[in-house]
Amino acid sequence: MSKINIIEMYKYRFLLKELVTRDLKIKYRRSFLGYLWSLMNPLLMMWILTLVFSYVFRFDIPNYPLYLIIGQTIFGFFSESTSMAMMSVIENAALLKKVYVPKYIFPISRVLSSFVTMIFSLMAIFIVMKATGVPFKITLLALPLSLFFVLLFSVGVGMFIAAITVYLRDMMHLYSVVLTAWSFLTPIFYPISIVPQNIRWILQYNPLYYFIDYFRQIVLYDTLPSLHTTVFCFELSIAAVIIGGIVFKKLQKNYLLYI
Amino acid sequence: MTNNIIEVQNVTMCFNLVQEQFSGLKDLVIMASRGKLKFNKFFALKNIDLQIKRGEAWGIIGRNGSGKSTLLKLISGIYAPTKGKIKVRGSIAPLIELGAGFDMELTARENIFLNGAVLGYSREFMKNNFAEIVAFAELEQFADVPIKNFSSGMVARLGFSIATMVKADILIIDEILAVGDAVFQEKCYKRMRKMMDNGTTVLLVSHNIADVKKICQKVLWLDHGQMKMIGDVQNICNSYENI
Repeated sequence: MSKINIIEMYKYRFLLKELVTRDLKIKYRRSFLGYLWSLMNPLLMMWILTLVFSYVFRFDIPNYPLYLIIGQTIFGFFSESTSMAMMSVIENAALLKKVYVPKYIFPISRVLSSFVTMIFSLMAIFIVMKATGVPFKITLLALPLSLFFVLLFSVGVGMFIAAITVYLRDMMHLYSVVLTAWSFLTPIFYPISIVPQNIRWILQYNPLYYFIDYFRQIVLYDTLPSLHTTVFCFELSIAAVIIGGIVFKKLQKNYLLYI
Repeated sequence: MTNNIIEVQNVTMCFNLVQEQFSGLKDLVIMASRGKLKFNKFFALKNIDLQIKRGEAWGIIGRNGSGKSTLLKLISGIYAPTKGKIKVRGSIAPLIELGAGFDMELTARENIFLNGAVLGYSREFMKNNFAEIVAFAELEQFADVPIKNFSSGMVARLGFSIATMVKADILIIDEILAVGDAVFQEKCYKRMRKMMDNGTTVLLVSHNIADVKKICQKVLWLDHGQMKMIGDVQNICNSYENI
């Protein structure tokens, strides 16, 4: 079965490409700055949050702007891509009703188009690195690995949430609340050290914490994460894809009757 | 290898129509736990058997709600049958019907590429055929207009033009010829003839018996989801017209 899927995926590679370009086109249609927003947005957000958190709360974090923009970019990608994936099957009802298309292509394409936007946002991170005098070292070559983990993880969660939402539209409203809670449970703007010991275990169950930390270790602390950490992150992201894939496949048979 | 390009074996399609209205999750849970949630089973198709040989042209006729479109959707792989098996050995052009498989927000140009990609064709291939698709549909002036602003005839023309341009093994046409004007209909017939000469299998749903007689050799007559008659076009069309 998996063999068939790979052949099928290959056949539909043009569609995947077409869907990703469509998403990107629609996203910045009629805005003057277009793709520049993928760069400006994280910078502006970082600027505001840095202002807020340097006056209101004070965290003892070296190079706070960089710390912040990394967490923000990774979490922003996860939250945007899964929210878009959530609606993907429902929104493509018109196409699904007329012609056979493998349905998993829709959540995957949404996550991918969001990933492309995030690649633009990486430029913002590099700008902040440059501005704060962080050296560009060879360890940066490990960066794609951390992006790959988040990508896989988002694909998994995206498929899961898309499948559920077809049957239970309430997810649309619930998920934004879940994301807000999740963002506070992820050390994006605060250091792990301020989390009280008795609730710190929650972080252990938050995959995004590991991915963000992985990224920060490379860029901010200039270290290569250990092999053990790498394998663990890989396992987490693969597990997400497998679970999301199974749930999606189990539920997809009756999608047409609900969209 | 058998000669049958489409095999429909004892297929039944059943839809669940939710009977009771519920206003939310709470009601749903309460009703389900009390066993009040009744599903009204509706059999759109019952025990359909159909073998279509490569290169044949089949007409599917019957009254509204007799299951014609459901059958086409099953063959296209859009629905999965409740019971039975469907085998298709070949590629299928997108099911064209009124308000076809287009994204209404996108322009004609973008939809052409999207539809091509759905069939597994690259952007380059579609670029090479773009001019011909637009010319056949007579939409040169409107290539960059969003489809939502098209008339139903224009949409139908574009759909037919795309579906017949890509060289699919099976062409499925659901009530599309009715919207085009006479000149365009004539063009469609010509092109379908040509495709059939090249071995394309055609499935046509139509309420216009003259169309069916013109194009098809075989006919399936559906009535309330069941097969009423199946066989050569002449006999069946005559009895259909005499009811």
